[in-house]
Amino acid sequence: MSSAAPAILVRDLHKRYGDHHAVRGLDFEVAPGEVFGLLGPNGAGKTTTVEILEGYRTRTSGIVSVLGHDPQQRSRELRERMGIVLQSTGMYRHIAVREAIAHWARFYPRPRDVDEVVDLAGLREKADAYARTLSGGQLRRLDFALALVGDPELIFLDEPTTGFDPAARRAAWDVIRSLQDLGKTVLLTTHYLDEAQALCDRVAIVKEGRFVAEGPPASLGAGSTRYRVTWRDEDGALQTRETDDPTALLHQLTSAALARGERLRDLSVTRPTLEDVYLELTAEAVAAGDETAAEAEEATAGG
Amino acid sequence: MAEAAALTWRQYRLERRMFWRNPSAAFFNFFLPLLFLALFGAIFGGNQQNLDVIVPGIAGMAIMSTTFSALAMNITFLREQGVLKRMRGTPLPTGAYLGGIAANAVTNATIQITLVIVAGRLFFNIGWPKDWPELVVFVVTGVVCLASLGVAWSHVIPNFDAAPAYVNIVFLPTIFISGVFYDVDNIPPFLRDIAQALPLTHIIDGLSGALVTGRGLQDNMSALGVILVWTVAGIVLAIRGFSWESRRDA
Repeated sequence: MSSAAPAILVRDLHKRYGDHHAVRGLDFEVAPGEVFGLLGPNGAGKTTTVEILEGYRTRTSGIVSVLGHDPQQRSRELRERMGIVLQSTGMYRHIAVREAIAHWARFYPRPRDVDEVVDLAGLREKADAYARTLSGGQLRRLDFALALVGDPELIFLDEPTTGFDPAARRAAWDVIRSLQDLGKTVLLTTHYLDEAQALCDRVAIVKEGRFVAEGPPASLGAGSTRYRVTWRDEDGALQTRETDDPTALLHQLTSAALARGERLRDLSVTRPTLEDVYLELTAEAVAAGDETAAEAEEATAGG
Repeated sequence: MAEAAALTWRQYRLERRMFWRNPSAAFFNFFLPLLFLALFGAIFGGNQQNLDVIVPGIAGMAIMSTTFSALAMNITFLREQGVLKRMRGTPLPTGAYLGGIAANAVTNATIQITLVIVAGRLFFNIGWPKDWPELVVFVVTGVVCLASLGVAWSHVIPNFDAAPAYVNIVFLPTIFISGVFYDVDNIPPFLRDIAQALPLTHIIDGLSGALVTGRGLQDNMSALGVILVWTVAGIVLAIRGFSWESRRDA
């Protein structure tokens, strides 16, 4: 963790909706300039958490600090310093793209250049088109543009690329990377493992309102102490074994093969990927066969 | 303060542009009252007594359609579309945003009242208003009253598809019993009692005094009282039930 004051600090955050305990004790910090991802199936509490940080929802208990402010107080200064891309949101039907960006720019004390933001969002050809004529992907890019035009220090992206085709997703990733290069802090939620892996400095996997894993995406997979060793045995059957230390197993396998004078076929030693970790950590939900499970599968298929 | 005023003005101008870019809405807003005026003018042609009723009646209806109906629809649309939620996440002050939306409705009300007065002068032999201060008082209180009730009613509307039905179930019966099309003295007592409890009847009474009869403000104080009671209730309900998020999100 950086020595600078964190952009986001959350301590023992809880949120209840009546009997439903949506967020159950989250603790995390996001350093300035960091891209932090919340990963998890729908209903895990990601959006609730983000909307508490954005100031849309009040928390049941816990401490939350966003750029040194309590978002619940809804101070204008905080809203001037952050940009929000909501999960689903609408727009005036008859507003033109450039007109909208220019209108939004005036809300902020030091906005970015409007045409620059139009280009950044890849909307130059649609600059004079009304919002109602835009495709879903183009509307989503307008969401990006409106969130970025105030030149915020901190950007919230709630499932920013859901529904994008692959090319549009890559373009959105480039925009998010450019924010990172500018030193902006980004908190994003996603279903997509490849998105988390491609963009995030750190991710947390959320399940039923709790973190079940947290760390840099590579370390979540590779940091695991387990290795998976697969090989074909002398009867031609594929064998798999998981082990903390493959050294002894490999020695045993290679020695036996040499002793038999055979080649050890289809040998592989792999470390779990983020996807394996994710699937394992959210496996109970899959077994339960509920809506959450379907979402987890969908996320995996999309990833 | 100057900055808040500037932001309100910018928001107002945006709302005006949005209004004119939706031609069907603009059409119904301005054409319907004039069409009604023309139709009833033809039906009552030559009967000045009836024309004296219809002109302030249509003026009252115009206030209700531009404020109550338009705001109930508009706020529901903005809420369900997620525009309110999006705005809530920007530094735009709440007052500047809602002020811009309300001022847009007030502008439409003012334009329509002007059209009705001019039509009354040109085609219906009503003459220019008899009592301008009284006209201003009843237009202003009528607009504030029905605008706040429109915002309050939007809280009841569950989604935008249902909005026209929810608006019309209030709007249509109200204009029929409140003396828009005929003199309320001629309707059955139980309907008249209901109408007397509603604000539109009293707005029309006041407009009638200002536009036609010259019956002054001091004679319409009880009408003003009823309007103010509804206004207070409307403002309280508009603020208390206000939701920035669509029903499916909340």
